[in-house]
Amino acid sequence: MKARRKEEGRWAWRLTGFVTLCVYIFMFAPIVATVILSFNASMFGGFPMTGFSLQWYAKLMGNEAVLAAFRTSLWIALVTAAVTTAIGVVTAFALVRFEFPGKQALSTLVILPALVPETILGVGLLVLIKAIDQPRTMLLLVLGHILLAVPYVVLIAQARMVGIRRVYEEAALSLGASRFSSFREITLPLLIPAVVGGALLAFTISFDNTSASLFWRPAGVETMPTQILSMLKISISPEINALGTVMIVVTVGIPLIGGLLMQSLTKLRRRSEPKEEAR
Amino acid sequence: MPDSQDTKIHPRPASAGAEGAGTAAGANSPAVEFRNIDIAYGKFVAVRDFSLSIGKGSFVTLLGPSGCGKTTILRSIAGLVDISAGQIMIGGRRVDDVPIYKRNIGLVFQSYALFPHKSVFDNVAFGLKYRNVAKPEIKRKVGQALDMVRLPGSEKKLPSQLSGGQQQRIALARAIVFEPQVLLLDEPLSALDANMREEMRVEIKKIQKETGITAIFVTHDQEEALSMSDRIVVMNAGSAEQVGTPEEVYERPATAFVADFLGKANMLSGTVSRTDGPTIVTLAGGQTINVLSPRPLPQGSAVTVVVRPQKLSVGGTSANRLSGRVVSASYLGGSAIYEVDMGGKANIRANAPIDGRVLREGEAVELGFDADDCVLLDEAGLRIS
Repeated sequence: MKARRKEEGRWAWRLTGFVTLCVYIFMFAPIVATVILSFNASMFGGFPMTGFSLQWYAKLMGNEAVLAAFRTSLWIALVTAAVTTAIGVVTAFALVRFEFPGKQALSTLVILPALVPETILGVGLLVLIKAIDQPRTMLLLVLGHILLAVPYVVLIAQARMVGIRRVYEEAALSLGASRFSSFREITLPLLIPAVVGGALLAFTISFDNTSASLFWRPAGVETMPTQILSMLKISISPEINALGTVMIVVTVGIPLIGGLLMQSLTKLRRRSEPKEEAR
Repeated sequence: MPDSQDTKIHPRPASAGAEGAGTAAGANSPAVEFRNIDIAYGKFVAVRDFSLSIGKGSFVTLLGPSGCGKTTILRSIAGLVDISAGQIMIGGRRVDDVPIYKRNIGLVFQSYALFPHKSVFDNVAFGLKYRNVAKPEIKRKVGQALDMVRLPGSEKKLPSQLSGGQQQRIALARAIVFEPQVLLLDEPLSALDANMREEMRVEIKKIQKETGITAIFVTHDQEEALSMSDRIVVMNAGSAEQVGTPEEVYERPATAFVADFLGKANMLSGTVSRTDGPTIVTLAGGQTINVLSPRPLPQGSAVTVVVRPQKLSVGGTSANRLSGRVVSASYLGGSAIYEVDMGGKANIRANAPIDGRVLREGEAVELGFDADDCVLLDEAGLRIS
C-alpha cells in the first residue's frame, strides 16, 4: 500500500517535470532557433544547418538601413528612458506623499495608457495630431513612446515610494534640510532601485515597440522592429535572424544587467535598513 | 567669550529668520510657549485650547494614553503639524509661519529614523552641514557628540550595523550636535527592549543635564515620565489634565483621570457623613474613614477618596483602618500585592511590605492608612482644594 502510494507520487513528479519542460521548450524554442539560425551558413533562413558562419552578422554591419534603424531605436529608447524616469519618480512622489482632491482618480488615470490597446493609442495620437494639423515628426514618435512607458515607471516608483517611511524626510527637514534638499539627499537615494528598474523597463518598452511605432514614425524613418518588418516583406533572409539575435541581446541583456545591479543595490540597502519595530 | 549676550541665549540667531524678535524677547522668555492652541484634522479636534510655558533647560514630559494629543503637540512644535488656532513661541519668537527646517529644533523619533544609506558620521553631521559649519569643525563636533552618547569611533559604521539602543543614541547625537533650541523626543524608548530602555532613560536624562538643553519628551509610560521629568503634563482627550512635578502629579492628582493613569490608585467612593471636627467619609461598603479636607464640605456630598496601594499597610497603627477579606495575593519578594474585598463596589488594592508572612486568599485583613495619605475628589472627579 505504502509502496504503491510512493510509486504514484513518483509518477506525479515525473509528469510535473515533463509538463514544465514542455512549457520551457515552448517559451524558449523560438528564441533559441533564431539565435542558432543566425549562425547558419545556408542562404535560406531555416533549418537544416549547413555550417557555422558569421557572414550574416558581417552583412548586417554593412547594411546602412539596418544601422540607421538601430541608431534611431537606440536614441529614442534612451531619451524615453530618461524622460519617463524623471516623470515617473516625481509623479510617484506626489501620489504617495501628498493629499489632494482627485488623488485616487489621478492615480488610476496614470495607469490607463497601459491598459488601452496599443493600436488604439497609436490611432488616437495620430487622429489628435491630424486634428491640430501637425506633421508626424520624430518628436511625436518619442512622445508616443514616453506615453507608453510612463505608467509602468510610475507603478514601479510608487511601489518603492510606499516603502520609504516618511520619518526619514521628517528627520532631514528637522535637521535643517529644505524640502528639495531632503528629497535629493534622502528620498531619491532610497528610490534608486526603482529609478534603475524604471529606466530599464522604459528603455525596453521603447526599443521593442512595433505597433505604435508603425503609426507614429515619420515618413522614411525606421526603428529596429519596423525595419525587421519591412525586411520580412521581401524575404526571410538569415540576416533577419542575425538582427533578431542582436535585438534579443540588447533587450534581454540590458534588463538582466540592470536587474543584477538592482539586486546588489537592494541587498546593500536591506543591510542598512533598521529592524522594523512594532509601532 | 567674544560672543554677545544675545548669542549665548540664542545659539543660532542666524537660522532664526525672524527680524530681531529674539533680541527683545531674549533672556526671560520661556524656551517654548503654547498660547491657546487648537489642532484639528478636518472635523476631528486633536488638541483643544492648550496652553503651556516651558522654561529654558527644563525637562518636560507630555504623558497620556495613545490618542490624547501628546504627539500631535510635539509635532506642532517641530512644524510637522499645523495648528488651527493660537500661537507657538520658541525662545520668544512666534513660529507659526516658520517652516520646519528653519525652526532649529532637534527631533528624536520612536523608530530612530537614521538615514539607512548614510554612515554614522554623515548622519550626525547632517544638521551641521545645513548650518554651513566648516568641515574641520563638523568633524570635531561629531566626535564630541559621539563621545557624549558613548559611541566614540563609530563614525564609519552604517546604522544597520548597530543595535537598537546604539541607533537611538546616534539619533540622539544627531539631534543635539547642532545645539538646537529645543530637543523633542517622541517616545524614543518604546522601540527598545526593557533593559535597554532603563539604561537609555538614565543616559538621556544625564545628557540633557550636561548640555542644559530644553527637552520635551512624549511618552505613555508613567515610570519614564516620573523618573526623568522636571515637570509632567498629564494629557487626556486633547487637553492637559494636570501640570506639575512628578511628586505633585503622583501624590496630589488633580483629577480622577490623573490618579488612575499614574499608578492605578484606589478610588473609593463615599459620602461625607460628619463635618464638625475631622471630616468623616462613609464608604460604599459602610466603613468610615477620617480624611483631611482643605475646605469644609457639606454633609451628604459625594466624594471619591484616592489612596495609593503603596500607602496601605497591613495591620499597623494608622488612623484609618479598613477591614476585609483577601481575594488574591501576589508575592513580589520585598512586598506583596493584595486585592481585598471590603464590601464596597470595587476591591481595594494594597502593595504592602511583607511583615512576617504573606496572607492567603480568604484570610481576614485590616488595611491601615493615614488621613493625609489620601486625596479627595468631588463628584466631577476634580480634586477638592
